Amino acid sequence: MSDASLNTASTAQPGEAGFGDFFALLKPRVMTLVVFTALVGLLAAPVAVHPVVGLAAILFIAVGGGAAGALNMWWESDIDAMMKRTRNRPIPTGKVSRDEAFAFGMTLAVMSVVMLWLATNLLAAAILAFTIFFYVVIYTIGLKRWTPQNIVIGGAAGAFPPMIGWAAATGSVSIEAVLMFALIFMWTPPHFWALALFMRGDYDSAGVPMLTVTHGRRATRVHILVYTVLLAALAIGAAFTGIGGPVYLATALVLNALFLRDALAIWRRDEAMAEADNYRIEKRAFRLSLWYLFAHFSAILAEAALRGLGLGAWG
Amino acid sequence: MSFRAQHELHRRRFGRNLGLGLVLAGFVALVFGLTIAKVSDDDFNMPATEQGTN
Repeated sequence: MSDASLNTASTAQPGEAGFGDFFALLKPRVMTLVVFTALVGLLAAPVAVHPVVGLAAILFIAVGGGAAGALNMWWESDIDAMMKRTRNRPIPTGKVSRDEAFAFGMTLAVMSVVMLWLATNLLAAAILAFTIFFYVVIYTIGLKRWTPQNIVIGGAAGAFPPMIGWAAATGSVSIEAVLMFALIFMWTPPHFWALALFMRGDYDSAGVPMLTVTHGRRATRVHILVYTVLLAALAIGAAFTGIGGPVYLATALVLNALFLRDALAIWRRDEAMAEADNYRIEKRAFRLSLWYLFAHFSAILAEAALRGLGLGAWG
Repeated sequence: MSFRAQHELHRRRFGRNLGLGLVLAGFVALVFGLTIAKVSDDDFNMPATEQGTN
C-alpha cells in the first residue's frame, strides 16, 4: 500500500460540510481569472450593456466556471488525494462526499447556463454550456490522464470566458473574441509547464501524464520556448486589431520581452543548473506569467475605456 | 437549569444555512433587478397576447 492510499483511507470519511467547504469546490482562485477575463470580454465589446445585466452575466459565467471546478474535483478526488497541492481540497479531506460534489456541480452548471440565457442570449449560454462540457467531459474525464498535451487541451476551457462575456454583450462572436480566447489558450501551456518543472514530485506521484514525465524535462523546456514565441507573436499582433491600441501595444511589448527572456533562459538551462539555484528562473517565469495575463487583459480594458472617451485605439 | 455548550457541528450547520440564505436572498434580488432592467429597456415589447388586455 502506498503512502498516498494510506492518506486517502485515513481521511475520506463523510462529514458535515460547512459553507466554506462548498465554496472551495468552486475553485475560487480560478474563478477570479474567469471573472476578470469575462468582465474584460464584456466591457471591451462595442455594445453597451445594462449594468445589472452585465453583473448578472459575469456572476453566472463565474458560477458556471465554479460548477465545472466542482465537477472536476468530483472526478479527480483520487489524484487530488495524492498531490501535496490538492490534498487539502474538500473531497480528499472528507468534508464533502463525492455524491454531494457531483449534485452541487450539476445543479450549478444547469442553473448558470439557463440563467445566463435568460439574462443575456442563447449564444452566450451555449458557449458556457460547451465550456463546462469541454472542461469536465473532454478534458477531466476524457483526455487529462491519457495525453501529455492535457495542459494544452485544458487551456482551451479556461480561454472561453472572455468569449462568453463578448457574446453576452453582442450576441455574436467576432475576431476580437477569438483573439482573447487565443491569448489565454497560448498562455496556459508555458504557465503550467513552468509550474510542472519546479513542482516535479506532485504530478509524478499522481500518475498524470504531464509533459515533464512522458517526454522529459528537456522537451518541456523546448515546448515552453516554442509556445512563448507563438504567444508573443499573437499578443503583439492583437495590438493592431479592434481590442488593441497604443496602451495595449506598450504593455504587450514589455511583457512579451520579459516572458521571452525567461523562456529563453529556461530553454538554455539543464536540470543540474535549475536544481543548483532551486528553479529560480522557472519560478520567476511562473510568477511573471500571472502578471502577464493580468496586464494584457487590463490593457484591453484600458483601451475599451479610452474608446469610450473618444480616445480610441489608433485614432 | 444549565445551558449546554453549542456543539461545533451546530455552529457549522448554522453557518452553512446562513450562507445559503444570503445566497438565495442575493439571487432573488438579482432576478428582481434583471426584471426591472429588462422591462425598462427601450427594445422591450410586451408579448402580443398581453397587449390591450387592460
